[in-house]
Amino acid sequence: MDPGSTEVSLIKAEPYYEPVADEIQLFEAAYHGRLPVLLKGPTGCGKTRFMEHMAWRLKRPLVTVSCHDDLTASDLVGRYLVTANETVWVDGPLARAVRAGAICYLDEIVEARKDTIVVIHPLADDRRFLPMEKRGELLQAPPEFMLAMSYNPGYQSVLKDLKQSTRQRFVAIEFDYPEPELEQRIIERESGVDPRLAAKLVRLADMTRNLKGSGLDEGASTRLLVHAGKLIARGVAPRSACQGAITQALTDEREMLTAVNELVHAVF
Amino acid sequence: MRSSEEPPLARDDLEDLLEEMLDPVLSSRRTAAPLAEALSALPAAHQYFVLHWAAAVAASSTELAYQVVALAREALSTLDQEGMEGWLVQAMDVYDKRGLYAASAVLKDLRGFSRTLRDTRSGACFDEVASFLGLFLCGLSGRRLDLQTADVPYTDTATVYLPGRLVFFPSRERNQSLYKTMAAHLWAQTRHGTFNRDLEAGIVGCGDPAAALANLATLEAIRLGARLAEFLPGLAAEMHALRTDPLPPEAAAMVPELERADATVDDSLAVLWRLGPGILLPQWPYVGILRPDQALKVRAARIESEKSTLRAELAKLAQESRRSKPSDRGAGRFRVEQEPEKGQDLTLLLDERPVAPPDGVTQLLRSIVLDLGEIPPEYLAAAGDGAYDDTASGAEKDPGAAQAGTDAQIYDEWDYRRGHYRKAWCVLQERQVHFGDPGFVPATLAKYGPQVRQLRRRFEALRGEDKVVRRELFGDDVDLDALIEAHADMRAGHALADRLFLRRDAVDRNMAVMFMVDMSGSTKGWINDAEREALVMLCEALETLGDRYAIFGFSGITRKRCEIYPVKRFEEPYSEDVKRRIAGIQPLDFTRMGVAIRHLARLLSRVEARTRLLVTLSDGKPDDHYDGYRGEYGIEDTRQALIEAKRLGIHPFCITIDREARDYLPHMYGAVNWALVDDVARLPLKVADIYRRLTT
Repeated sequence: MDPGSTEVSLIKAEPYYEPVADEIQLFEAAYHGRLPVLLKGPTGCGKTRFMEHMAWRLKRPLVTVSCHDDLTASDLVGRYLVTANETVWVDGPLARAVRAGAICYLDEIVEARKDTIVVIHPLADDRRFLPMEKRGELLQAPPEFMLAMSYNPGYQSVLKDLKQSTRQRFVAIEFDYPEPELEQRIIERESGVDPRLAAKLVRLADMTRNLKGSGLDEGASTRLLVHAGKLIARGVAPRSACQGAITQALTDEREMLTAVNELVHAVF
Repeated sequence: MRSSEEPPLARDDLEDLLEEMLDPVLSSRRTAAPLAEALSALPAAHQYFVLHWAAAVAASSTELAYQVVALAREALSTLDQEGMEGWLVQAMDVYDKRGLYAASAVLKDLRGFSRTLRDTRSGACFDEVASFLGLFLCGLSGRRLDLQTADVPYTDTATVYLPGRLVFFPSRERNQSLYKTMAAHLWAQTRHGTFNRDLEAGIVGCGDPAAALANLATLEAIRLGARLAEFLPGLAAEMHALRTDPLPPEAAAMVPELERADATVDDSLAVLWRLGPGILLPQWPYVGILRPDQALKVRAARIESEKSTLRAELAKLAQESRRSKPSDRGAGRFRVEQEPEKGQDLTLLLDERPVAPPDGVTQLLRSIVLDLGEIPPEYLAAAGDGAYDDTASGAEKDPGAAQAGTDAQIYDEWDYRRGHYRKAWCVLQERQVHFGDPGFVPATLAKYGPQVRQLRRRFEALRGEDKVVRRELFGDDVDLDALIEAHADMRAGHALADRLFLRRDAVDRNMAVMFMVDMSGSTKGWINDAEREALVMLCEALETLGDRYAIFGFSGITRKRCEIYPVKRFEEPYSEDVKRRIAGIQPLDFTRMGVAIRHLARLLSRVEARTRLLVTLSDGKPDDHYDGYRGEYGIEDTRQALIEAKRLGIHPFCITIDREARDYLPHMYGAVNWALVDDVARLPLKVADIYRRLTT
């Protein structure tokens, strides 16, 4: 890690986001009440985009950490590094966000190691500090700082469950795929296809969502629809675009591939 | 194979070869000369092909070889070489089993063989498309439809019947695609209300009923084609392409009327009457027939049952809302708002306020709208508190007495109507599984040979995952990251950390899993076979993985005879006895799930493990014919038992083959804690896979 390379910076242009319900007000209220937020929802339904939008709206920098199973507490908090002739302390992304009074967004928090998650506990309740054990320092979070994380409750693995002691510290906002009209508008806007085509993509997505639980773990997400739309907007034939961006992305099973493909062919 | 340029063998050479080969069956009246004559006209490649096979057949029977050569020329003109090999192999198979006479009959039925061959090559069969079609129809949504075979395609509005085999087109792909259009068309009939009128009454007086229905089917196909074109243009285009036989002009003139967006089955009937009985409309291949008698019966039964279910559900909703807002006592009047442009979207209102109905109710509302086009007002009158039959209680004050002197255990049962437990309500006993066929496990392993190997490999990989443990006190290698960090810490004036090593070892998965297998009578037949095979595969996987596991079967009849059948306990190794018990699992009585879950959860909670998993293999809803353990009651008790299990730190999960599972399993197990295996035949292959996904 190159010290200081990732300066926290503000988002300048408004990230496109269509509110589904009152999530913006809820988030703002949580922010002003200094409460941490947990975004729940399936993959590709707009959680990350929402965070970007909220960071822009609240005029705070956004620090995003994608969690993985080797993420240690030092990766979040910081560590000493040896340079030419001395040792220097380098803040991890979480510490950087606290110092800058930024919004720190831990994406897919359940992927992180269990012992890592615990370091955020003091930060996520009314104490609002980050213990930096190695430096013997308690980093007090300024009022502007906010902690947010995302979590997909659709995972079936028993090992990827969020502990009560963690989840009960957060204000939870639930996300789901938007209503058809809204989803259609999002696809039009994000991919540049015409409304008729966007409506067809939404219809297709709906059919794949009918298959959830019957062999598909998840139906097609809004993100996949946008992908397909972008391919179509660049001149790819709709059937091939859906095949590539949706069918193959959803499953590897032959029968399911055939079924989803036939649905694609039925719609286009 | 010889190249085609090679000159063919001369007649005399052939005669010599054949005489030598067929000598025992030749005589002065039956010589090789005519055979050689016929063969000499063939190209060299074919000659060698025939000689090669004649020699092969002669090794079994010279007489048969003679016949092969005699028929070779004709055979080569009808069949290609691959087909001819098939023909010969079949004849030799028959010879081995049933002798010469039967075998020569096979040889002589050359035309029959070639026809069957054409059909098998180009035909599509139901079994190979059924599972994909099921998914396809599920995706199209509307009501969930079952798939069955019948001679002619039709639907009774609950099941789509398709022919067992389609050989309509010369290629298999087109036949498979015809299956799809057939199924989609029958689905469209249920989706767009073909059976919402009494069709039998509608055609009375319009000539011969069968002919009238056939004509009506075609008119409906026109109407439905237009409806589908709006939302599923690709599918509609495929259907349109199958309408090769043209309509007679007087019918063609009526098409625009049927294709109007608001056309219903009434319009089709009206057109039928206007065309009159004399006309004969084309029968397009994907349309199938209308069986209003069947549809009427099924539809009437469904409407009746859905009406009462809906009313009971609404009563519950009203009660819940009263309980949550006791101050606000409305009239408890329900209303449904249907937004026409949104199609299936319905909003349920209670006292003019929208309420969020559970998934099951939404499904129900949709299904009723499909049948009736709307929710009739009388459906929305919540039906009392539900008549509860309590005759069974009272009689037995002390159920334990019924089973005195045994190791019976007593469990409570949840009565959702009371919102309380019925104390000491169920008597549960552990019983022995009778040993089954010792050959069952080896036979299953042989049957799934390649898959078993694949399974073991995959689970071995799983065991191998995450082997490197970082920041250990001692180990096989230096953890460079830890060392660098520690070095930096030391230079900064901190104490040197001591966890600097990597260790490779099998991570203790520390997992205990209990499998609870449905042994109810409804599993009889292939479901039971699939369950047992699934257990064999599962044991292979778990033995590879090293997770601790136990298997118990459950069944029972009445609350006083709930039974648990230990197949393998946690501490027991996967022994011959266990294998024979797996083989001995058999369908018994009913599915009283709650008590079984309570008992097994108690056993499981005694096992020391970080993660405890209770996996149910089931084929349907909890159901015991007696003491009212049906429908809602059974579901609610099971749900309660699962909640208790969760309190004990157990993760419940359910693997089911019931296609209706979506309606009740999420309520019992939670939105994600279940998996549906649509195709029973694949259960053995899927269960281990689901387990893998569940625990990684």
